[in-house]
Parts: sequence; C-alpha cells; structure tokens
Amino acid sequence: MNFLHNLEVALNGLRANKMRSFLTMLGIIIGVAAVIIMISLGQGASKRITSQIASMGSNLLLVFPGAGQGPVRGASGNVNSLTLEDAEAIAGLSMVAHVAPELPASGTLSYGSQTWTARVVGTTPEMQVIKDWPVSAGSFFSGDDVRSAAMVAVLGKTVVDNLFLPGTNPVGSTIRINKLPFTVVGVLSAKGASMGGQDQDDVVYIPVSAAQKRLLGVNHVGLINVQAETPESMAFVQSSIESLLRERHRLTGSSSDDFSVRNLTSVLEAAENTTAIMTLLLASVAAVSLLVGGIGTMNIMLVSVTERTREIGLRMAVGATESNIRNQFLVEALVLCLIGGVMGIFVGIAGSRVISKAFGWPAYVTLSSILLSAGFSAAVGIFFGYYPARRAAGLDPIEALRFER
Amino acid sequence: MAGKPAIVLENITKIYHMGETRVIALKGINLTVQEGEMVAIMGPSGSGKSTLLNILGCLDRPTGGTYYLGGEDVSRLNKNQLALVRNKKIGFVFQSFNLLGRFPVLANVQLPLVYAGVGKKEMEERAKEALDWVGMSRYVHHYPGQLSGGQQQRVAIARALVNDPSIILADEPTGALDSRTSIEIISVIQRLNMEKGITVVMVTHEKDIALYCRRLVNMRDGCILSDAPVENPGNASDDLAAIPEEMGVPA
Repeated sequence: MNFLHNLEVALNGLRANKMRSFLTMLGIIIGVAAVIIMISLGQGASKRITSQIASMGSNLLLVFPGAGQGPVRGASGNVNSLTLEDAEAIAGLSMVAHVAPELPASGTLSYGSQTWTARVVGTTPEMQVIKDWPVSAGSFFSGDDVRSAAMVAVLGKTVVDNLFLPGTNPVGSTIRINKLPFTVVGVLSAKGASMGGQDQDDVVYIPVSAAQKRLLGVNHVGLINVQAETPESMAFVQSSIESLLRERHRLTGSSSDDFSVRNLTSVLEAAENTTAIMTLLLASVAAVSLLVGGIGTMNIMLVSVTERTREIGLRMAVGATESNIRNQFLVEALVLCLIGGVMGIFVGIAGSRVISKAFGWPAYVTLSSILLSAGFSAAVGIFFGYYPARRAAGLDPIEALRFER
Repeated sequence: MAGKPAIVLENITKIYHMGETRVIALKGINLTVQEGEMVAIMGPSGSGKSTLLNILGCLDRPTGGTYYLGGEDVSRLNKNQLALVRNKKIGFVFQSFNLLGRFPVLANVQLPLVYAGVGKKEMEERAKEALDWVGMSRYVHHYPGQLSGGQQQRVAIARALVNDPSIILADEPTGALDSRTSIEIISVIQRLNMEKGITVVMVTHEKDIALYCRRLVNMRDGCILSDAPVENPGNASDDLAAIPEEMGVPA
C-alpha cells in the first residue's frame, strides 16, 4: 500500500518537473548505454577470437623446426630438422588424436590461359580432420595418394574462383603447379579470413610426398600440426613431443632443441584475455559516466528535498514516520534511475548496432550486460538516493512546516 | 463540562539551547482540557503559545513535565511512536492550509489514511465523507490552486478529521482569511466541536475569533497568565447569517 503510494508520489513528482527529470535521467541513460555498448563490443571481439580458435582446429599444437622461441615464423624457417618420420613417430604417442605435417611452397597455378599465385601446401588427409574443413565437391586426397606421391590437388574456394569460370566443376580437370600437372580431386568449402586477415581459402593442398619429391626436391617438412585428444592433455602431449624429438634428433644433455612446440590456442587465449581486460577497462570508463549520472541524481534529489520541505513537514504532522519519508524519496530516486536505466538499455542496444554497422566491428549485446547495467543503475539510485532520503527523513517537522521558500 | 480529561499537562517545561544561551520557552505549564472542550490560546509572539501547541501536537517533546493525551503519557515517546499518536489522535489545521499543490483535493484528504495503512477503497470513502461534511464534495478532483482560501481551509479541516482524531489543533486557522471567510471557517470548527464532540485547541491572536471558543487561555513569557471560561461565546453560524452575502464567496 505504502509502496504504491510512494510510486504514485514519485511519478507525480517526475511529471511535475519533466525537463528536470529528463535531464537527470539523461546522465543515467548515457551511462547505461555506454556500459552496454562497451561490453557488447568487447563480447564481439572475444567471440571473433573464439571462432578463430575453432577454425584453426581445437587442441592444436604446432611443431616448428629450429630453436626459435619467438613467435616470428621466419626466424626458424631455414632449419630443416623435421621430417615425415618425426610426424609418424608423434602420431604414435598417447593422447595424440591426429597429426598432419605441412610443407609450404608458393606456386604459380595455371589452368588454360588463367594463372594465379597461391599458397601450395603439402600435407596428409589428417589436415582436413584437424581443420574440420569439409569439401564442397569431390573429396580430399587419400593416404594412398600420399604413399604414392600422387600428382593430385585439393583447391580452396579462392583458387577455384580465380582459375575456373563460374559454374564449372573443377574436379577431374588438370591444373599446373609450377608447370607440373596435378589432377583436381576436391574443392574445399569456403572458410573465410583468418585472424591475421589472411584468406584461408587461397590455398592448394597436395600430398606432402608429392611436394617433397616432385615440387621442391627436399626431405624435410615445414611444420607438424598435432591435435591432442583433450584440452587438458595438451601440456602432457607437448612434453612428450619434446622428449620424443630430442631422442629422435639425438640431442643430449645441454644441447638445445632444434625444434619448438607451440600452443597456438594459448596464444589466442592470451589474446582473448587481453580483449577481456580491454572490455573491462572500457566498461569501467563507461561505469564512471554512470557514476556521474548518479551524482546528478543525488543533486536533483537534494533540490527536491529542499523544495518539498513543507510537504515533508506536513506528511510528518499527519503521521508519516521517518522511514515512510525515507522510503518515499528512495523510491523516487530508484524510479528515476530505473526509467533512465531502461531507456539506456534501448539506447545501448541501438548504439551497439549502429557502431557495429558503421565500423564493421562485431557487437554482441548479451543478457548479462543488460542485467548488469540495470542492476548497476538501480544500485546507483539507492546509493545516491539514500543520502537525500535520509536528510528528508531527519527533518524536524516543526522546522519543516515553518520553512519558507 | 464533566467528562474525562482529553489533555493533562503537568508542569511542562521547554528549554531550547541556542549555542551558549538557554531559551526557556515554557516555564512549568499546568493545563487540563476536558473532552469536548473548545479552547483558545492567546498571547503575543514569544509567549510560548506555538511551543505549547507543538508539544500538544506531539511534534515536539517537553524538556520536563508530563503530558497525558487521552490518559496516555506521551511525553517520553520516541519519534516513531509520536508519529503514530499524531496519526491516530490528532488533526492539524494550519494558517497556511499546507495542502499539497501537486495532488487533487481527494488525495490531500486521504494523506493521513495512507500512513494509517487504510485500504484504497475505504480511504476514498472516508475522504469523500469528510469532504462532504465540510461541504466540499463538489471539489474532489480539483487542485488546491483552483480553490479560494476558505475552500482550501475546508479541505484542510476535512484532512484533519478524516482519521477520527480525538483532538484538533488549529494554529491561527483564520490568519490568512478575510473576516467573513474567517467566521465561515470558525463555524465549521464549532460544528466539528459540537456535532462530532472533538476537542479543539486553537491558537489565535484575534480576540474576536477567540471569543467563539468557550474557554480562553492567555499566555505571556512561557506562563499561563489567565485561564477563564468565555461569557456567552459567539455562535459563528448565527453571525454568518447576519452578515450580508458577499460577491463571489460561496457559502
């Protein structure tokens, strides 16, 4: 009963000072909208990273030749310490699900009069499993093709688009890679750009043996993809690969590794953590604006208490207790902040969409960010409403009734 | 005038501390008001009559002495208990009406019932009944700003009586009104006293208004100077009939 009365009084008060109420709410609206926009942009960025982790292959360890600890790929490029046999030995370790060696070679592709330059990668059929990459036509080459160093190729979507006329099925046709003829056995479905902005579809996969013997004339491989069975087993797999390779490469005692095992997932997870921290920072800045909005609310509530001193006195005279008066002003501050909060949620959702469209950033408005900012604005209402409300409740009825504006 | 005492003040003192100086506003007041009495308190400003009215109205607590309201000692109650006493037993009528301009007449009259925890429907019925009693039932949905001073004071009286108080305290109820409207309001208060039997204590500095009461208390310097029945108290309704109707003032 009393709460309804308080609500009625609060809404009446807000209506009586429309402009003032709106300006006060504006502080809350901007604060809440800013929090929602910042969190949704952060969520968008982190979702993008998560999907990249998924597209790269889950639980993935990369074994690079050379001792380079740094993340720069070129630093370890000219060491030819890894072989196909290493890859086969790694495949025999426990907790290892799949192993796919990679031998990169750039090549000039031609079909008829069309030419195109793409990444040509020698690998095994396991690559398709690790990357979880279905074909849109034909099939991936087989283990037999690897054993016989068959001259077959699987093309990425971008390569197909640049070599073949639209609508033609490339499967069965023969293309030339560095002038050598390869038969197209499959076309991969589109995968899109990677985290670095690289077009993942601009690729040709051929059997690793064909790349070694026919294309490059080498015995080593560029790197080995290793997929662990579970995320938890990755550390174990990493150390077993390290001890296995040290043994196979006859490295003893203090001699340093001629390879390095990297956990790219953890690199991306670190990137995700960075994004989370950025999101937190941005949201904190936004929260500061909400705080400023709260101070505006407190200011207006203090003005309101002063303006209504006589009203407070009268209410006390007819029987309002201190808590009646305090609750009345608390409800008023709360109503102010909650209306502002709800409007801020709508502005925030709209704002996220607009920014997402205008700048091409992914933005995800999550329920949790809405609940968080709604809760925060209510908390701001109670926190900044409490002092004015207590001041109102603490008024002396005699003084209040005698108060002249 | 036999009956139970509505108000008993025993040696009531009130001392204000203003920094270093002590201001003694009431110097041991003894006063008994029987149920159904209508008492006027007069005195110059600074005589302590406002302080006395504040203590009578449970808006303030005495420094010393005991105050029995309807037989209950209310001089040592805490703030919340005093609020309850004001709500249940006391009705206030002020010089400046103190109506809430943002709310219609009905909501103004309902206000004491809100704090008494009365249900919405009963609240409306009782407020309408009270407004009917003061002759303001036509103005239920008007706002105070749309009413004349006399009409506003009638609404304020309706608010004072809506929760069936045992006493009504009026602080210069006619101070803001012209003389004819003053008598009108006094006639409403007299009816309140006679028809409903509500005890009325009224502070005024107008002698002719005070003479409508049946007992007159004079105060000076925090003491009661004189306390005597009024010989032939006026009947406001009769006097009103004798004054020619003025333009634009509704009866």
